[in-house]
Amino acid sequence: MLAYLVRRLVAVVVMLLVVTLVTFGIFFLVPKLTGGDPAALFAGRQADPAAIAGIRRKLGLDAPVIVQYARFIWGLVAGRDYASGADVTHCAAPCFGYSFKTEQPVWPLLIDRFPVTFSLAIGACVLWLVVGVATGVLSALRRGSLWDRAAMATALAGVSLPIYFTGMLALAVFTYKLHWLTVSYVPFTQNPLAWARGLLLPWIVLAFLYAAMYARLTRATMLEILGEDYIRTARAKGLAEPVVIRRHALRATLTPVLTILGMDLGALVGGAILTETTFSLQGLGQAAVRAISDQDLPVILGVTMIAAFFVIAANLVVDLLYAVVDPRVRLA
Amino acid sequence: MTDDPEAFLSVRDLKVHFPTDDGLVKAVDGLSFELARGRTLGIVGESGSGKSVTSLAVMGLHGVGQYGRGRARISGEIRLDGQRLTDADPDAVRRLRGRQMAMIFQDPLSSLHPYYTVGRQISEAYRVHNPVGRAAARARAVELLGRVGIPRPDRRFDDYPHQFSGGMRQRVMIAMALVNNPDLLIADEPTTALDVTVQAQILDLIRDLQREFGSAVIVITHDLGVVAELADDILVMYAGRCVERGPAERVFHAPQHPYTWGLLGSMPRLDRERGARLTPVRGAPPSLINVPSGCAFHPRCPYAELTAGASRSTVPELREAARRHFAACHLPVADRDRIWEASG
Ligand SMILES: Nc1ncnc2c1ncn2[C@@H]1O[C@H](COP(=O)(O)OP(=O)(O)O)[C@@H](O)[C@H]1O
Ligand code: SF4
Ligand SMILES: [Mg+2]
Repeated sequence: MLAYLVRRLVAVVVMLLVVTLVTFGIFFLVPKLTGGDPAALFAGRQADPAAIAGIRRKLGLDAPVIVQYARFIWGLVAGRDYASGADVTHCAAPCFGYSFKTEQPVWPLLIDRFPVTFSLAIGACVLWLVVGVATGVLSALRRGSLWDRAAMATALAGVSLPIYFTGMLALAVFTYKLHWLTVSYVPFTQNPLAWARGLLLPWIVLAFLYAAMYARLTRATMLEILGEDYIRTARAKGLAEPVVIRRHALRATLTPVLTILGMDLGALVGGAILTETTFSLQGLGQAAVRAISDQDLPVILGVTMIAAFFVIAANLVVDLLYAVVDPRVRLA
Repeated sequence: MTDDPEAFLSVRDLKVHFPTDDGLVKAVDGLSFELARGRTLGIVGESGSGKSVTSLAVMGLHGVGQYGRGRARISGEIRLDGQRLTDADPDAVRRLRGRQMAMIFQDPLSSLHPYYTVGRQISEAYRVHNPVGRAAARARAVELLGRVGIPRPDRRFDDYPHQFSGGMRQRVMIAMALVNNPDLLIADEPTTALDVTVQAQILDLIRDLQREFGSAVIVITHDLGVVAELADDILVMYAGRCVERGPAERVFHAPQHPYTWGLLGSMPRLDRERGARLTPVRGAPPSLINVPSGCAFHPRCPYAELTAGASRSTVPELREAARRHFAACHLPVADRDRIWEASG
């Protein structure tokens, strides 16, 4: 297990480096190739060439690309100073630079927005795992029953309806018509109950889509597992059927669910962006949307990297869970 | 073998039919046999002849956990130690499973749960039926692992199935099946998935353990060679029915059914000259939805023409050809003996 853990951690560090390289490349080199000039963007529309040159020097955009990248990484790890003559601005680690638009440092913005997106993702994820897996298992065990058919029809709707639609529908019904739930973000540390209440609707909307997929996957997997030889062995031992299901079938069913969860966590960030927009939640997704329309490169870069960090970290957790569940992975 | 009141296991007119989209699959269609304590019965037949379906019926495993469609229709009677298993309370049958009757399967890798240590899986089988703690169950499992010839059983207890070789895995399965001293052990193709060299070891092990534990044993195989040294009695199945049954030495040395001749022809023999002119069974096994009329074997039988059409029109009854030796064939016994003698 330890060797496995070390292998995985090394892979994570490499992956993070690749992510920084790719995002850095896209957001700083592509504008250069297409003739856009980050310094001019930073300086604003009516700046004179001398001011732009000053900014370019201060942001270090005149240095070779490789040096820029090294400084960028160094800034992430240890912070960096932006200097133009006597004018020195210190940017503490982790330094993602300054917003072109607001000239505020990017990192505090990310720190401010991240909990919103994280809360949205975690809550939805827990909800869809519980609901999706439970629905799938029950459907498999009652295959062909009224419950099974109703659940699978609902799941089909869940898979095919876009978040915009279900989100707007949920808002229209539960917020504007029935006044049951309003959507807002209250930090968990401030009031856990208000936190959950304020996010319940977006959770349900986001979870509906994924719960539907997970219910279908769980059902199909469970049916397959129930046909496995080792399930027959468990029954041949004289185990009662509920024990066979819980101890033998369910555990094996969870492996594919975990695998798909690892893949979906990336998509979840995308889903969170759509959901934030639909429900006007001030998360990373909203920040990204604003930054893209402003061509605010450092913010785009920061959001992308935070999202990538999140996906990689979540995947690590999933992989470790996988190894806990399946001894063949950890002992390979 | 008929109506033996001493029989420990008795199966009478067992039918197991599966309704499917293509029609009714008559996997087992009127099978009867008996088995006494401490005896070994070999059930032999090609793949698809209904051997596994029969053994699962005895274990009461058809329909367990099957909801709605695909459920087996079972009729006939199965008695174990005088107790009727057919139409018994399913939970009562469950409590017999693993304790009074146990089973080992063809593929030990897929039959063991990949996520649990073998020790845990054996302990579990013990603890279902015995109110003991972890430590006692572990001790029992280690004892059994040792008994089936696994070196350093105390260490291997904590290993996972994928860390064992095929032969060792089948030993684990056998240990699991024997952990509650069952009175009946069913081994369904126990060596089919194993290397030839390992096959002999596993068969020796089953024979030794049977002597030690005194269980009644059913060994199921498509290969007569497997049961040659193991079985007291042989039952030959074709298309869900018994076509021949009798004491093993009779079935091997004076077989009564043309299908058995074919099986013997495809058996590797030590005395090559005998049966040298026999050939393996030609053609493919019949459909179990539209079973051939009359004798189900007639489309493949080289002697069907000798019966003046009876083979095609009438289902042959099992008739006693010699003491305790039955066969279902329209050919007169004298003709069958002549044909068999001529072949050897
Ligand atoms: N649950 C089921 N539903 C439909 N057909 C089945 C089912 N189980 C077995 N059969 C069919 O019954 C026949 C006998 O199968 P089986 O007893 O497994 O043969 P074998 O003698 O090789 O063990 C096969 O044709 C198989 O396809
Ligand atoms: S009854 Fe006829 S077809 Fe069937 S085995 Fe005998 S001779 Fe062959
Ligand atoms: Mg079989």
